[in-house]
Amino acid sequence: MSVEATEPRADGAALDESAPLVDVEHLKVFFPIKQGIVVEREVARVHAVNDVTLSIAEGETLGLVGESGCGKTTMSRAIMRLIDSTDGSIRFRGEDVTRAGRRQMQPLRRQMQMVFQDPFASLNPRKRVGQIIGLPLRLHGSDRKDIETQVRQLLDKVGLHPEHVNRYPHEFSGGQRQRIGVARALALEPRLIVLDEPVSALDVSVQAQIINLLDDLQDDFKLTYLFVAHDLSVVRHVSDRIAVMYLGKLMEVSPAEELYTKPIHPYTSALLAAIPIPDPRENRRRERIVVSGEPPNPINPPSGCVFHPRCPYATQVCREEEPPLVRYPNGHLAACHHPLNVSEAEIRGAERDPSSPLSAGDRLPGTTASAA
Amino acid sequence: MAEPLLKVQGLEVSFATEEGVVTAVDGVSFDLAPGEVLAVVGESGSGKSVTAMTLMGLTRSPNARFEGTAHYKGTELISASEDELRRIRGAEIAMIFQDPMTSLNPVQRIGKQIIEQIQEHEGLPDQQALERTVELLERVGIPRARERVDSYPHEFSGGMRQRVMIALALSCNPSVLIADEPTTALDVTIQAQILERMRELREETGAAVVLVTHDLGVVADIADRIAVMYAGRIVEEGTLDQIFYDPQHPYTWGLLGSITRVDKPRPARLPAIAGLPPSLANRPTGCHFRPRCPHEFSECSKVPPLEARLQGHPEHRDRCWLSVDEKRVKREVLPGEIGLASKEHQPA
Repeated sequence: MSVEATEPRADGAALDESAPLVDVEHLKVFFPIKQGIVVEREVARVHAVNDVTLSIAEGETLGLVGESGCGKTTMSRAIMRLIDSTDGSIRFRGEDVTRAGRRQMQPLRRQMQMVFQDPFASLNPRKRVGQIIGLPLRLHGSDRKDIETQVRQLLDKVGLHPEHVNRYPHEFSGGQRQRIGVARALALEPRLIVLDEPVSALDVSVQAQIINLLDDLQDDFKLTYLFVAHDLSVVRHVSDRIAVMYLGKLMEVSPAEELYTKPIHPYTSALLAAIPIPDPRENRRRERIVVSGEPPNPINPPSGCVFHPRCPYATQVCREEEPPLVRYPNGHLAACHHPLNVSEAEIRGAERDPSSPLSAGDRLPGTTASAA
Repeated sequence: MAEPLLKVQGLEVSFATEEGVVTAVDGVSFDLAPGEVLAVVGESGSGKSVTAMTLMGLTRSPNARFEGTAHYKGTELISASEDELRRIRGAEIAMIFQDPMTSLNPVQRIGKQIIEQIQEHEGLPDQQALERTVELLERVGIPRARERVDSYPHEFSGGMRQRVMIALALSCNPSVLIADEPTTALDVTIQAQILERMRELREETGAAVVLVTHDLGVVADIADRIAVMYAGRIVEEGTLDQIFYDPQHPYTWGLLGSITRVDKPRPARLPAIAGLPPSLANRPTGCHFRPRCPHEFSECSKVPPLEARLQGHPEHRDRCWLSVDEKRVKREVLPGEIGLASKEHQPA
């Protein structure tokens, strides 16, 4: 089949193969709030993504998790160059694309594709499935005959019948539509696929089918995924690493499994505790810490650690000083003055990670008694 | 079980659509005891929401047909007149909807919306109704309730709006609360807050709750009994522990097997139920789960009755032809190697 990852690419002669696939440094995306009728003045800014440094290695799946309004979707769209960033830089395979225009992006678009949350809204209801999946191929100049065979192969790859090329989206269920969305994203043999809550709109039994499909496709096509999700239960099954965001900042970045056994940031721990366990006996036994309050307004983020108004362990220092991202063993990063689940030795060995926000202080945890 | 508060018998709801008659609810019967929480669990299209809405008379329309009965304290809800229903709705049986964004009136202050309902049913004077409203808003956990009665819905976050919905539902001390996916639209930390509040309120008010949901985590957290629905029918019914620890129907096995757990090591592969739920216009004959069931055999072409099959557990009923012993053996594959073969079903 023509969809092979090892095939040489026509584009990108100057790209650096050793660099991470995506490298985001101190990225800021602010949305201005304007007022005024004739002359619009900027009166405030929504701090959607506020100094995030993150990289995604080739072949890796990075889970990006956070509640509504934490900036995870904005972040993924900025990486796709669908929105402009305010500050910082984004590099794709070593090439700076922070301010890249249409022309510079065009060859790169082949390599980064997206699957959207709502399979009912993201497929054109007036186009046949074959046209939907074939469109990216046509735009990038494939031959018409090739397109037809490729579309059939793609349908087969995502577990749909190749004979369904002439059907319309409304003839499919939600799960099947999501498969069509995946086939469209695969059409150009991308390296990176951004999955924005790809299973949130689906029933549980169907969610598992799509997750397993994504897993298989990643192996077959050597894909890199950025998997955006609003809670920690689904990402676990696909991710190699997970980044937890809150109010535009990174709270914790961890190898996937370790996050569940050893959450260091109180916010991560709260997110885990908030998920009800489908096991009544276990549920009765479990002590639930329910975090009070709601995320504050991103127009005026709190001082110091942005989580401090809701954090059960918050102290004076949390209100005053923004914690840096601290590096613990296994490349586990957390931005917290009072880390949980870490030993004395681990705290002594911890150091400030260079990916910390520029506005963060230098104070490392453990200089006062640990709250854990 | 004590004398049921609500007794639903043979409820059938069908709609005439362009694709023919669609039977959304197909012979559903259940009892609701005072003060208990009954969870109705199922995937989209299983008929769980239509069942809940029909009890409130919200599915009535010229193209809808109803059969069966639902008795609530001497009133039969399915055939009740609009006037009778209006007396019951909000006062005796109240409903919490899934989407707090669209179920409040956006151009009316939230206090007004609650006061209106209190006055409609109990005719209290303005001042007293206002006091009750403030008290209700405080009870559901809205800070500075006295100031917030004058706010509009858009001034609240999703979680706060859902609290307002709950306050509205509780305003006339109903004895039955129907909650249709009350926390699905909320973030997990907010969901945990709302669930905790609902548990406390249930203790305080003693209202029985019909909780419609697809989330078995939420069910494990709050329900006393569970009814599992599939393609319009209840396929299994029992207490919380019976359904979770001794499930009898293969669909329930699949459902329990396909949920992800954050407190256990992750499986190499996520167990999925193969195939798709059937289209309601075109359901398989016999057992509706048959085409997706790995244990299908000849008997399955006949509709299995919902009955108690386990000795000594009359309250645990299911619709599966397999014998109890066979089920014990076949269930051993749990948690869910069910349907790893990806047999894909054609859309109707």
